[in-house]
Amino acid sequence: MELRAGKGNALRLLLLSVLVPVLNIGVHWLIFLFFRDSGLPPIANAVLAVLWGGLGIYSIYYSFNWLVEQYPDQWKRRLLPFVFVGPAALLLGWLLVLPTVRTLYLSFMNANSTEFVGFANFAAVFTDRLLVTALRNNLLWVVFGTLLCVGFGLLIAILADRSSFERVAKAIIFMPMAISFVAAGVIWKFIYYYQPEQEQIGLLNAIVVAFGGEPQAWLSMIQPWNNLFLIAILVWMQTGFAMVIFSAAIKSIPEDMLEAARVDGANEWTIFFKIMIPTISGTLLSVTTTIIVFTLKIFDVVMIMTGGQYETDVVATQFYRQLFMYQNTGYGSTLAIVLLIAVIPVIIVNLRQFRKEGGF
Amino acid sequence: MAKRRSKLKKSKWLVNAVLAVICLVWSIPTIGLLVSSFRPAADILQSGWWNVLPHREWQTVEQLTLPRDTDLREPIDVKGQTYTDDQLRAGVTVGDERYIWENRRARLLNVQEKHWGAITNFTTQNYEAVLGGKEYKIALPDGGTKTEKGSGMGQSFWNTMAVTVPATVIPILIASFAAYAFAWLRFPGRRSIFVIIIALLVVPIQVALIPILKDYTSLGLNGTYAGIWLAHAAFGLPLITYFMYNAISQLPKDLFESAFMDGATNFTIFSRLILPLTVPALASISIFQFLWVWNDYLVSLIFLGSQPEVQVMSMKIANLVGSRGNDWHLLTAAAFISMLTPLAVFFALQKYFVRGLLGGSVKG
Repeated sequence: MELRAGKGNALRLLLLSVLVPVLNIGVHWLIFLFFRDSGLPPIANAVLAVLWGGLGIYSIYYSFNWLVEQYPDQWKRRLLPFVFVGPAALLLGWLLVLPTVRTLYLSFMNANSTEFVGFANFAAVFTDRLLVTALRNNLLWVVFGTLLCVGFGLLIAILADRSSFERVAKAIIFMPMAISFVAAGVIWKFIYYYQPEQEQIGLLNAIVVAFGGEPQAWLSMIQPWNNLFLIAILVWMQTGFAMVIFSAAIKSIPEDMLEAARVDGANEWTIFFKIMIPTISGTLLSVTTTIIVFTLKIFDVVMIMTGGQYETDVVATQFYRQLFMYQNTGYGSTLAIVLLIAVIPVIIVNLRQFRKEGGF
Repeated sequence: MAKRRSKLKKSKWLVNAVLAVICLVWSIPTIGLLVSSFRPAADILQSGWWNVLPHREWQTVEQLTLPRDTDLREPIDVKGQTYTDDQLRAGVTVGDERYIWENRRARLLNVQEKHWGAITNFTTQNYEAVLGGKEYKIALPDGGTKTEKGSGMGQSFWNTMAVTVPATVIPILIASFAAYAFAWLRFPGRRSIFVIIIALLVVPIQVALIPILKDYTSLGLNGTYAGIWLAHAAFGLPLITYFMYNAISQLPKDLFESAFMDGATNFTIFSRLILPLTVPALASISIFQFLWVWNDYLVSLIFLGSQPEVQVMSMKIANLVGSRGNDWHLLTAAAFISMLTPLAVFFALQKYFVRGLLGGSVKG
């Protein structure tokens, strides 16, 4: 398929190179307008939306690929990678990279982004009582949430490995991972529910009463311990994640290594601390980082359970509140940047790991 | 040796027992929700959901009518013994029996004995109430009915579908194309773009929300499906690209070379060869992204918040929690409806889900 780069051909290529992008934008814009204004019944809307979402993207790639195929070979080879990578790069650039830079810029501006205020917002984050509370609570989340998830995950992984019903046990522990924090919030709100002067229908209070105690309003009681009742929800949901990964790591420890230690008279504790922990230390580290990053961004649970009241605010809920309730873009952006700064060590570790694995 | 084995057996028994207790603790919250969602509204508020299990409870076996002129301020005579009014109000236990007022004014006294019993009133009314968007009737404890407006979870279910499926397909398609290019094509900027993708893996999405919201407002994308698809696609892209890169770059090189020899273009190689060969990886990451978007609350709250008719289920439930926090019959049913799809996906495709987790977690 040797194409001669004649004048007619060049003109045709130029025309196509303009036409294909324009048509793509035009067609999808029209479809977008149709969806926005149609008011179809929800089921029809869902089906059509799914079709558009799937086929639409494929047709974009297909048409651009077809366009590049019309070019002479040398150009084809040069342009094709950009057809493949382009959409991903554009999307990431527009919706992640640029916004991060813009947020950084906004964090140095005042509440409605009209005036430069230097580091005033950052100073406020570490002095304003509301914001400091959010930072403290987030620290509680990171420390207790991560410790408990990793601890329980490891314990259950080891127990399951030696039990007679491993599969069932793992499925049960893992199941909460599949549901949303919102649904989990409802589940746990019901457990912590408190009715003054009435029969307790919340499980926790019913247990307390059965043992002769006084029922409590758990979510608003002695601060900051009420945060722990929220963290319990995270532990319930994320322990399964830690467990599954630890379980896979434990199973990859060679059986004869453990057997040899047992023959040498090592007891189970020695085996655990001297063999298992060192062998899975890499996994331990990566699970811990994953959960730390996760707890840093925690939002849904707090929002559903208390809405940040009773001193349970975390950085992400305070971010939302600054943005939508107080209309303070400056504080909001600064809180987001604080989260970003907190994950920078993880980013560095990831990049190092990538380079160590040979990169490209 | 025999001694050792018996010791092992003993420890196995202990392991099983401990694990069983943990599993029980882990599943009770969900069971409580499921049971409650089928109980009538009035029952939920009067007795704990665990009362549906057989348990010993006081049941009235006899009713005594005391003389009308009984003075409640004086000790009251019941079957030859005397009790105070306060005792009878709280219930007083004598042998196997308990005396408690049924109606103080009418001097009607219940004589109760402990019997096995269970509250087994179940109903599907909660689900009808939550799913429907129109008026529905609800049975009151006194036998009457009350009419209320439904919560419209049925519509939100479809909205969630319309958000989730494209928000899964779009980033996976885009990321796979990109991953193919990173793995098998050479182009300027290849390394730097990939390094950026790795750096973006753990970046909190909060840093992007404010500027995107501004852009969306000026483009009219707020409260539209297209807007939230793009947002979810961008937030999911780094992990999916990284995951798909790992899968695609591990395919044997000969495969590509022989396909090229046969004159196949990169596009045909990608759609006819690579996609079918990476189906397990695609399945894993699809489940991951699907559940992520289905369960998301923050992104939809910010980008769909302004349009009530496109609200997804998580927002609907969050609103219910805020506005009708004590209507447990609605909350439990709504939460369970939102859990149905993830649980079905989870139990049907557990193997792929775990595999996706193993691949995706390592990089956070």
